[in-house]
Amino acid sequence: MFAVATAAVLITLALALTRAILGPTVFDRVLAGNSVGTLAILLLAVLGFLTGRPEFLDIGLTYGLLNLIGTLAVLKFFRHGDLAHDAEGERKS
Amino acid sequence: MLSVVDLLSWVLIVLGSFFTIVGGIGLVRMPELYTRMHAASVTDTLGAGFLILGMMLQAGLSLVTLKLAFILGLFFFFAPVVTHALAQAALHEKVEPLLAEDRRGRGDGAAGGDGRGP
Repeated sequence: MFAVATAAVLITLALALTRAILGPTVFDRVLAGNSVGTLAILLLAVLGFLTGRPEFLDIGLTYGLLNLIGTLAVLKFFRHGDLAHDAEGERKS
Repeated sequence: MLSVVDLLSWVLIVLGSFFTIVGGIGLVRMPELYTRMHAASVTDTLGAGFLILGMMLQAGLSLVTLKLAFILGLFFFFAPVVTHALAQAALHEKVEPLLAEDRRGRGDGAAGGDGRGP
């Protein structure tokens, strides 16, 4: 039954990659990239159970944290054109 | 022999697989960015939630269950943060949502969200 879950996650990964290639705006691609990150964590967990060695979950946790930071950094870069942009100054003006 | 816990966890895992695929199909089929974000959130909440709950039932009471609970909490806190940041950045770049009034006015639903990059 974990094979079913693995197949489902792999199919969804293919669909997310389709959207990342098709996506007209850059935000569609960022959304698809974030989905790929989520699905990679799920795939790590399910594969760990499928092979009977659920020690991959630590890698999944780390990957989740990196996924958040990476997505937010890309979004900040495309919004402000600069990773060191001070958002507080913009809000006051 | 299948115990009740086994049966319940298989049901949860199959439900999670179903919702994961539904989210993926929505990600490809939806017409513009904001509806696609809605479809991706199905994968993030229902798909991942059911899959991880099913795996927690399979693992029993151990350290693995605790790690799975951490991953579940991570999804539940980080997915809304990323979705909010994405919507804010997209609105700032003037990617307009596709509205029902626009669709009636133009007579062509596919014309909205005109696909311009920043």
